[in-house]
Amino acid sequence: MATYAFVLLAVLAVASALAMVLNKNTVNSALFLVLNLMSVAGLYLLLHAQFLAIIQILVYAGAIMVLFLFVIMLLNVDEEESLFDKFRAIYLVAFLLGVVVFGQIVYSLGGVTDLLPEISADMAYVGTVEAVGEVLYTTYLMPFEMTAILLTAAVVGALMIAQYKVKTSDQEE
Amino acid sequence: MDYLYDLNTFIPATIAAAAGLVVLMQSVYKVKINTIFGVTVFSLVVALLFALRDLFGPVGTSFYDMVAYGGTAAFGTLLVITGTLFCVLISRDYLEAIDHHYGEVYAMILFATTGMVGLAVSNDLIMLFVGLETMSICLYVLAGLIKEEKTGAESALKYFLLGAFSTGFLLYGIALIYGATGSTNYADITALTDISPLFMAGSALLLVGFFFKISAVPFHMWTPDVYQGTPTTLTAYFATASKAATFVALILVMSRMMPEIEGVGWTQAISVIAIITMILGNLIALVQDNVKRMLAYSSIAHAGYLLVGLAAGTADGYTGVLYYLFAYTVMNIGAFGVIAFYERNQALDFTDVNNYAGLGYKQPVMAVLLSVFLFSLAGIPPFVGFLAKYYVFAAAVNAGHITLAVVGVLTTAASVYYYLRVMVFMYFREPHKEFDLVNPGAIFKYALIVLCVLTVYYGVEPVFPMGSLIELLTSYYTETGPAGMAGP
Amino acid sequence: MIADFGNILLFLIHGALFVALSLFVAKLIRPHRPNAEKLMTYECGEVPIGSARVQFNNRFYIIGLMFLIFEVEILLLFPWVMVFQDIGWFAFWAMFVFVFLIFIGFAYELGKGHLQWDIPRPVVPKYVEGVGVVDDYPAKEPASSEPALDEPALQTGVNR
Repeated sequence: MATYAFVLLAVLAVASALAMVLNKNTVNSALFLVLNLMSVAGLYLLLHAQFLAIIQILVYAGAIMVLFLFVIMLLNVDEEESLFDKFRAIYLVAFLLGVVVFGQIVYSLGGVTDLLPEISADMAYVGTVEAVGEVLYTTYLMPFEMTAILLTAAVVGALMIAQYKVKTSDQEE
Repeated sequence: MDYLYDLNTFIPATIAAAAGLVVLMQSVYKVKINTIFGVTVFSLVVALLFALRDLFGPVGTSFYDMVAYGGTAAFGTLLVITGTLFCVLISRDYLEAIDHHYGEVYAMILFATTGMVGLAVSNDLIMLFVGLETMSICLYVLAGLIKEEKTGAESALKYFLLGAFSTGFLLYGIALIYGATGSTNYADITALTDISPLFMAGSALLLVGFFFKISAVPFHMWTPDVYQGTPTTLTAYFATASKAATFVALILVMSRMMPEIEGVGWTQAISVIAIITMILGNLIALVQDNVKRMLAYSSIAHAGYLLVGLAAGTADGYTGVLYYLFAYTVMNIGAFGVIAFYERNQALDFTDVNNYAGLGYKQPVMAVLLSVFLFSLAGIPPFVGFLAKYYVFAAAVNAGHITLAVVGVLTTAASVYYYLRVMVFMYFREPHKEFDLVNPGAIFKYALIVLCVLTVYYGVEPVFPMGSLIELLTSYYTETGPAGMAGP
Repeated sequence: MIADFGNILLFLIHGALFVALSLFVAKLIRPHRPNAEKLMTYECGEVPIGSARVQFNNRFYIIGLMFLIFEVEILLLFPWVMVFQDIGWFAFWAMFVFVFLIFIGFAYELGKGHLQWDIPRPVVPKYVEGVGVVDDYPAKEPASSEPALDEPALQTGVNR
């Protein structure tokens, strides 16, 4: 059963990724990306990483996609801009390099032959929300608090970049 | 575990973060910008004092092995805080002159400092990543501070896109290392005995991420454009504090996580990168007319010299790199600072070296300072840059990497041309037209003079009998076990 | 435990099937007589004007960005809720610091007025003696600091 689910999700993930890259309409690309992220979330679930799967859907397929669509609408890119209008030698080089990197990754993953590893009860527990919480607020306390600084800096930074002269309350009529 | 004790070991970054929040709130409530500047400087001075205290303190790890303290990590903290402090000191007048003096800039600098310290003291790949990201996000924003101009927008966009891409490499590397070893902790990873291809692939990707951040050659494309488009004093910040933090993190990773294991040839890889970085960085710097771009390529070249020490892979090498980082921080902030001073004269265009003609006799103090910093960058004897290069190359020779040292010395000789060229223009060319320079503010001037004193003092330090900096650094690698890196 | 997600899978399959089936059945039984009026994009009875791809106001982006950051914060609260009893007060303080730090970011945003939305005033054409019909909109805000980019978006909102 799990194997069927894996094959289905894997095919869906690869197909939607390809569709996303090859699609000319940016909005359609973004929607294919949602499908891709969803199927990856499914793959996480098969690995018993529940928290990660939910985060993947909420943050990536939810919030980040909203942002992507906003950016597309903000930039107002008109469609029909093909990526490959004419062939250049550099594409071939890039493709070959990509194949080499892919080959290296396949080689380095060489020992792994099973589609899905056997997941013991211990391993399954690691992916639950409780398990994440147990280490997040103790062992990983320092990176966790640093993340708060990171997010604050991101808020301020985004506003600094995006703002034009914003009216503040005391300037109002 | 005792959280207060742990917090005590991480206090410089905590101070920086808290000050960042205070400054942020002050900028909302329209506190005078000079007060904000004062708060920033004050907090950095306090953090500097704590960092100095930690320099001689105990060595260990805290927060469940997330961060290291003492030794290399303490020195990294000190470097970052020192770099930040001087960059802030020279920033005020410059940012005022280019009309981009906002409170948020200081907040971003302080947050970036927090991230840098987190990066420099990280003892776990998760901490490393979070620190690096905190630093990078702030730097992306600072790179785009002059967003009205094309160069500013280009610099921010280029830095952000390439930076995010390289972070992807780094993260993928971390993921593969975790997959191979089942841990993100340096000590646990070192304990692993069999080296799988997965681990090798992970470490390679991790190093690629690092090489990008330190702008080693195949990954250096962003550096000149980013350095050019960023406000000059913040460029100094990019070139020194962030590079110092990344290099210290790299030293910790190399020494604690990836010590020499049979059949693992990172030394060769780093050697090759060091050689092409030194050659290419110096060669391209030779033909630059824009002073900031020249310094950008020079900073690439310096990354090459630093990699020489890292390639040596010995305690001597790491000590040399740390010393070099100190020297580089001091002299590079100085050089950028003086250039920032010239750029404050908005009516005159001081991006082109040709316009430096005759500058030597206007504001002679500034010209002398620039000469000292450039001499030091070129590695000419009575200054700290020479000693730093000496330690690094000597370590390489002792470790048997003669080629590296030879290439290093030759490229250093070539680099003298472009550093001295600026001085030739300043002292031996007639100015094109009459002009007057603005008066450097007192803080600006004295900050640069302090840097100059440091440059000179540490250049002649070995002749003094008292314990020198290099001895302190060496002690980190000899007192606490083999190569001092095992640490508790 | 993970099997509970099977229900979600079933739900997804049901949803997909339901849509596909009902569309298919509708296609079987409906008459097929298109005309121009029917093929027009449905926009609540209005006659559609122009393309649906209009340029958004910059501010939507800022709101989206804020949403993203605070959603990440909320997600990190989930595990906290689950383990709060085990870890106790320490977890409380850990989360307190975290939320406080994010709150500072929020206070910054609020204080700087990024969440304020300028309510556009309608452009009322006015007849001025000897000049003709003029809009009074620019007159009331002579020193408008808004860049040109913002104006069309505001005006479109008014015209509708």
